[in-house]
Amino acid sequence: MSHWPLLSLVTFLPLVGAGFIMTSRGDAEIVARNARNIALSTSVIVFLLSIVLWVDFDPSTAAFQFVEKARWIKIGGFEINYHMGIDGISLFFVLLSTLLTVLCVVASWVSIHTQVKEYMISFLILETLMVGLFCALDLIVFYVFFEGVLIPMFLIIGIWGHSNRVYAAFKFFLYTFLGSVLMLLAIIAVYLQTGSTDVELALNHAFPFALQKWLFLAFMASFAVKVPMWPVHTWLPDAHVEAPTAGSVILAGVLLKMGGYGFLRFSLPMFPLASHYFTPLIFTLSAVAVIYTSLVALAQTNMKKLIAYSSVAHMGFVTMGLFAVTSEAVQGAMIQMLSHGLVSGALFLCLGVLYDRMHTYDIVRYGGLVERMPAYAFVFMAFTLASIGLPGTSGFVGEFLILLGTFRVSTLECFLAATAMFLGAAYMLYLYRRVVFGTITRDDLRNILDLSPREKAVFVPLLVLVVWMGIYPSSFLGPIRASVDHLVQQVGAAQAGQRASAE
Amino acid sequence: MPVATAPDFLPALPEIALAIAAMVLLLIGVFRGETSTRLVSWLAVLVLIGILVLAARLGIDRRIGFYGMFVTDAFALFMKALVLIGSAVSIMMAMRFNEDQGIARFEFPVLILLATTGMMVMVSANDLITLYLGLELQSLALYVVASFDRDSVRSSEAGLKYFVLGALSSGMLLYGASMIYGFAGTTSFAAIAQVVGGAGPPSPGLIIGIVFVTVGIAFKVSAVPFHMWVPDVYEGAPTPVTAFFAVAPKMAAIALFMRFLIEPFGAMLAQWQQIIVFLSVASMVLGSVAAIAQTSIKRLMAYSSIGHIGYALIGLAAATPAGIRGVLVYMAIYLFMNVGTFAVILCMRQKGKMLEGINDLAGLSRTQPGLALALAIFMFAMAGVPPAAGFFSKLYIFLAAIDAHLNGLAISGVVTSAIGAFYYLRVVKVMYFDEPAGAFDRPITVELKAVLLVTAVVTMFFFLLPDPVVGSAEAAAASLFVK
Repeated sequence: MSHWPLLSLVTFLPLVGAGFIMTSRGDAEIVARNARNIALSTSVIVFLLSIVLWVDFDPSTAAFQFVEKARWIKIGGFEINYHMGIDGISLFFVLLSTLLTVLCVVASWVSIHTQVKEYMISFLILETLMVGLFCALDLIVFYVFFEGVLIPMFLIIGIWGHSNRVYAAFKFFLYTFLGSVLMLLAIIAVYLQTGSTDVELALNHAFPFALQKWLFLAFMASFAVKVPMWPVHTWLPDAHVEAPTAGSVILAGVLLKMGGYGFLRFSLPMFPLASHYFTPLIFTLSAVAVIYTSLVALAQTNMKKLIAYSSVAHMGFVTMGLFAVTSEAVQGAMIQMLSHGLVSGALFLCLGVLYDRMHTYDIVRYGGLVERMPAYAFVFMAFTLASIGLPGTSGFVGEFLILLGTFRVSTLECFLAATAMFLGAAYMLYLYRRVVFGTITRDDLRNILDLSPREKAVFVPLLVLVVWMGIYPSSFLGPIRASVDHLVQQVGAAQAGQRASAE
Repeated sequence: MPVATAPDFLPALPEIALAIAAMVLLLIGVFRGETSTRLVSWLAVLVLIGILVLAARLGIDRRIGFYGMFVTDAFALFMKALVLIGSAVSIMMAMRFNEDQGIARFEFPVLILLATTGMMVMVSANDLITLYLGLELQSLALYVVASFDRDSVRSSEAGLKYFVLGALSSGMLLYGASMIYGFAGTTSFAAIAQVVGGAGPPSPGLIIGIVFVTVGIAFKVSAVPFHMWVPDVYEGAPTPVTAFFAVAPKMAAIALFMRFLIEPFGAMLAQWQQIIVFLSVASMVLGSVAAIAQTSIKRLMAYSSIGHIGYALIGLAAATPAGIRGVLVYMAIYLFMNVGTFAVILCMRQKGKMLEGINDLAGLSRTQPGLALALAIFMFAMAGVPPAAGFFSKLYIFLAAIDAHLNGLAISGVVTSAIGAFYYLRVVKVMYFDEPAGAFDRPITVELKAVLLVTAVVTMFFFLLPDPVVGSAEAAAASLFVK
């Protein structure tokens, strides 16, 4: 155990970088170059520090580690502590955030050329907020980070997005804002029940069943929008299509995980009875999400929208796995979230590569790319297969574990989800065929360039991780397992206790 | 009648000193002529700061003066501090503007001082008569400053409108006060509290009296449905006057609201709570919906202030120490957000001409990034997005509401805040997403720069050190419940 406040360091170091960028002045070119360099070095340092977290992490315990606690607000019985700590559930989300930020900075190196300074500042602030929210162990601290994310994301979509960006930015902000303010009320209610906003205390508090139902719904209002679950997913395709590439990567890679993380960290352990009560609802919504959005994806003509809908489908898998509450399913949901973070991030980067060259996401504008871009075709193929869930890639491990775990709870749900795996293969391969295979028919594609070394550098780590997670998932499941098992036991015990008292 | 002895005047010492200072400044102005405006203005700011120090030296102990008609306590001190800060900042912001508009007259700071005296009396009122005196002293000065740009039709119209509706509301308030006097047999808050706290159901006459007084005060705090004057007056009055209206008189009126309902009529909570709940919901809904269609930033701020009063009233509806604390924190943060926003509006000047359209802010992030950042901070704060200060003000309010089982009120509060976020975001959108329309004049005056810097820093970094404000609000709220 290190004595450094490592979590705070990882969380707030990006702000220091942002401060440096803010002070740089002078010629626009020089400022832009400085901003890129500072953002890259800051995010790399933060990523390396977060690797230390993984190395020093003790996988044998479900307790929170690297805990930091300090008084923040102490007036009038309403005490809020700055309480940070991570366990197996949050560890990899922190790593995912720090890794994707580095890749986003690199991916935006040339494609962003207006207001570079502000762009990099936004991303660094975003990184602080993302890491902070996965580490926060106080409900109010969590909420501050959770909501704060909206501000930089709103600006990223609105300033550097595409033609319809204003609409998308507003829709994104207002949808998620409305969901989260309801959660704020629930957090206050939790405080009034437990006398504290501390997560550890709240996790071990038994709330009365009637209250649990309301609190669960209020938390769900927030997390369901973030995940996003059907039918509150409609902000996502718009936000994805209009956001700049790196914005989409963070949206799909990390922001959607905030919803899944919220369910796992708060809803399930704090409200086990309500979770059980609402499981049929969640299963239904998940099944609809998985099948419906897969079909919608099949009909898309815009590549980015297609991937966006596939995200909704994949996250439907996740919510299903989470609420099956078996050890396998929840572990699978964790892996699926990490895998989706990497794979969908990579897919958006793939689309960004095309957009940088052709400035369109229209599928019909492409075709036959394999002739001119063999390296690109390989990378895109690899991530397409990972998205489908081919054995040997990370997607397979997650989906298999979820199906295995869910089968024990509901065969019907498992069956419905499995159909969607088939649909997933259909829309992804169909996309791939139309974009990459065939012959080049359009003149402007004849001179298209293959991946540059910088772009390859972005894809290599993602590819390595996807394959690593697919072939040897134990290195990831190891730290996750203790925390997930503890959670599943806790929820199971609470539900069994209720059943016993009912009989 | 016994002769008043010195300690009896002590609680009112700041008000007395302020009134005398206003006279002295008036004399200075008269003798030195129009050229003395800047001097008188700065002196007025100094006087206000001095009065703040004096009031603080007086302490937070509960002192009663003027035979029970006047009271000072922690609550009074907290609200007076807000009023004084608001007034001082308004005078600072007005100096340059008035000079540019050719309306720089030394009467302006003097009128503000007199209005401030009235507000301080309102905050310290412990009797229906004192209440009315303070209110009228404040209002009369305000009517004049609203039409201070006397050659402008718009400004005169604003002043007249304000006067007619204000007089109407004063009439209602006075009528209610006479009802209360008739049925309680006294005008003293302490004595009324004894009558109300006695056995038996409250008399209908008292209820009617409360309703009328509440209506009168609702006019002053601009709660829906008594808000009609607000957008027109805000738009018509000179901008620094609007800034002043948006903060100082609101502070005083809401303080009066709290003291009037909690101290003498605390026992009749069941009767007045529903009125406040209605005012609160109506204000929040109208404030968030009606602002959406506005194109003038001053009208936008008018609706925004209506909405904010709705949130503050949630705390009053809770009628618990936590609720009052919430209101106090809310108003303190509101002061900073609002003053800051108006400071930005005062910077909206192109080639010497003041602009008021929201679209005039287009592309401000490109032309004046610092100014745009400041306004963005204020807008996110007003929308209640953490970590900006506005989030904490809402947090304490909702905390009190749920604690008092006003769940429906809390839910309508958060829903309207999500709706209201739209128009605050629209301002950010215009500044950050749209192409520049043309730069504003530079340089920004030193006073405005200072105000902007302080308010932006406070609004953004309130979360680092909320304890002093929340702590004093806590003490202030507790003092209101001491029997």
